[in-house]
Amino acid sequence: MDMLDILLSASFWAAAIRIASPLIFATLGELICERAGVLNLGIEGIMVAGAFAGWMAVYSGTGLWTGVLVAMVVGMMFGLIHSVLTVPFGLSQHVVGLGVTLLATSSTYYAYRLALPEVTSPPKITAFQPFEIPILSDIPLLGPALFAQTPMTYLAFVLVAVVALVLYCTPLGLALRAAGENPSAVAAQGLSVTGIRMGAVIVGSGFMAMGGAFLTMSAFDSFFFEMVNGRGWICIALVVFGAWKPGKALLGAVLFAAFDALQIRVQQTPLGADIPYQIFLMTPYVLSILALIAMSRRAEVPGALMVPFNKGER
Amino acid sequence: MTTLKTRTNAPLSRRQFMASTAAVALVAGASTLATPLRAAEPIKTAGIYTVPVEQQWVSRIHKAATIAQERGDVDYVFSENVSNTDYARVMREYAEQGYKLIIGEAFAVEQEAREVAAEYPDIAFLLGSSFKPDEALPNFAVFDNYIQDASYLSGIIAGSMSKTGNIGMVGGFPIPEVNRLMHAFMAGAKEMNPDIKFQVSFIGSWFDPPKAKETAFAMIENGADLLYAERFGVSDAAMEKGILAIGNVIDTQADYPDTVVASAIWHFEPTLDKAIAEVNAGTFKAADYGVYSFMSEGGSSLAPLGTFEGKVPEAAIALVDERSAAIKAGTFTVEINDDEPKSS
Repeated sequence: MDMLDILLSASFWAAAIRIASPLIFATLGELICERAGVLNLGIEGIMVAGAFAGWMAVYSGTGLWTGVLVAMVVGMMFGLIHSVLTVPFGLSQHVVGLGVTLLATSSTYYAYRLALPEVTSPPKITAFQPFEIPILSDIPLLGPALFAQTPMTYLAFVLVAVVALVLYCTPLGLALRAAGENPSAVAAQGLSVTGIRMGAVIVGSGFMAMGGAFLTMSAFDSFFFEMVNGRGWICIALVVFGAWKPGKALLGAVLFAAFDALQIRVQQTPLGADIPYQIFLMTPYVLSILALIAMSRRAEVPGALMVPFNKGER
Repeated sequence: MTTLKTRTNAPLSRRQFMASTAAVALVAGASTLATPLRAAEPIKTAGIYTVPVEQQWVSRIHKAATIAQERGDVDYVFSENVSNTDYARVMREYAEQGYKLIIGEAFAVEQEAREVAAEYPDIAFLLGSSFKPDEALPNFAVFDNYIQDASYLSGIIAGSMSKTGNIGMVGGFPIPEVNRLMHAFMAGAKEMNPDIKFQVSFIGSWFDPPKAKETAFAMIENGADLLYAERFGVSDAAMEKGILAIGNVIDTQADYPDTVVASAIWHFEPTLDKAIAEVNAGTFKAADYGVYSFMSEGGSSLAPLGTFEGKVPEAAIALVDERSAAIKAGTFTVEINDDEPKSS
């Protein structure tokens, strides 16, 4: 297959959307946190916790959607820890975030071993299966790529729309964005900056955990300790790439995933025989950095990002 | 890092354990009485692993150590999921606690592990390593899963089962242990079909099954009708697309009864048993235990065809039988090639 054949094949785009799905959830989660003024570096660990919690719930006998909910709740709990430390206490968001990542990953492993002390190979669940949306999935190229995915992928896309709607068309969204731009103005309106920021971090962390759950419940059917494999950190970059806007962040996630799906395929073209495989594995990251440089020049960073708010302090 | 002590008084096989918890309780109780007399005090043995014990490679070591414990040869404890940056500390901790045999993996801590071993000359270290033993460090022996014999045989079966003559291979990293098995597999497949094409990819991670699965999907789209499953996730892609797969290190047919044709299995028991004997005799020295993974030593085997009994062409079965006999007799040697395999 040469490059053009790959780019015009529906299976390539289907793969790109599949790879993008967990990133979309987690990027949205990070975006919500940062829009309210809090950088959440707990993302990587929260994804691990979500991946385990959702899968474990299903393995213990709950339904798949209940599993997603469980993952979300577990993520929100870590979000609560993060937000208590960073918002009312105003601690360093970098340190707390990395701390939450370490706490979430290690407590996940602890829970895993408690729940499954002696297994020979990680047990499997019946994961979400692809669901073809009638009529829409018959559209050439676009149909198989977009409308023959697992239900969680559809949920990811719906969430992008919902988050965009809430952020730009509701008073809540306005208050949240203001908390990240000019918290004093929010306080002057009689609203609680602390409450808004904490809420944003908690909900955002729930989304991150759903991104993790996608890996164990949709992309795969079993939990592996290191399977999140840096995807959380990618999402931090995707938020910047998306200039803190949900639509652009979605575009960034799909673009990154497309690069990844492309490098897998190009490895098997004649080009792949001459170039070391490491170069291919690197390309999505390198191209994302380049895109990041181009895109972020015009990005408007939330004015109060990483600035703790103390009421009455100037 | 989690440290767990395995049950000490439960001399029962894995199969029995799997049967049911009630049965386990009974068997454990009954067979404690039947424990054979021990020739020597059990050797205090510690396993240090960088991944959980259910991961393929480590699971084989853990299984062998558990069996040795059931026999009463060793007193076995282990630490799993030890990060490489923490590995030397855990080695020292066990050394200080009086453990006599330390098993594990030095792949990412080759230098550091040797430094620790030098500090404790009375303790036997048997670690998985890509390097050779050093006579200047007599208490540090190395091993690896040299199961190229079994991989070669699984390749023969693969070569006979692939209709398109296009085989996809997804690996983690191109390290010697992975490369040599891939090469042996490819050599086996070529025995049945010299024109066979291979697609080779590495995903740059040991445990990213979603990524391994995506890579496998891409190979299937590109014409592969049989996959060599070096990583978790590949067999899942094969099952979803209804094509065949070959397992590696562990037998995965139970999970994929309709698609995994054969598996090359690693048995760590001969390696560990040799080390136990050496420690008991006081003759443990720097040596390469790799040879105890060879088929002639019982260190590797081709898993039973199971659900594929009768579905593999007879010519392939005949060649597998002929070559196994020759390998065991020492008249046929599977080439050990540690170079990075490339797509053809």
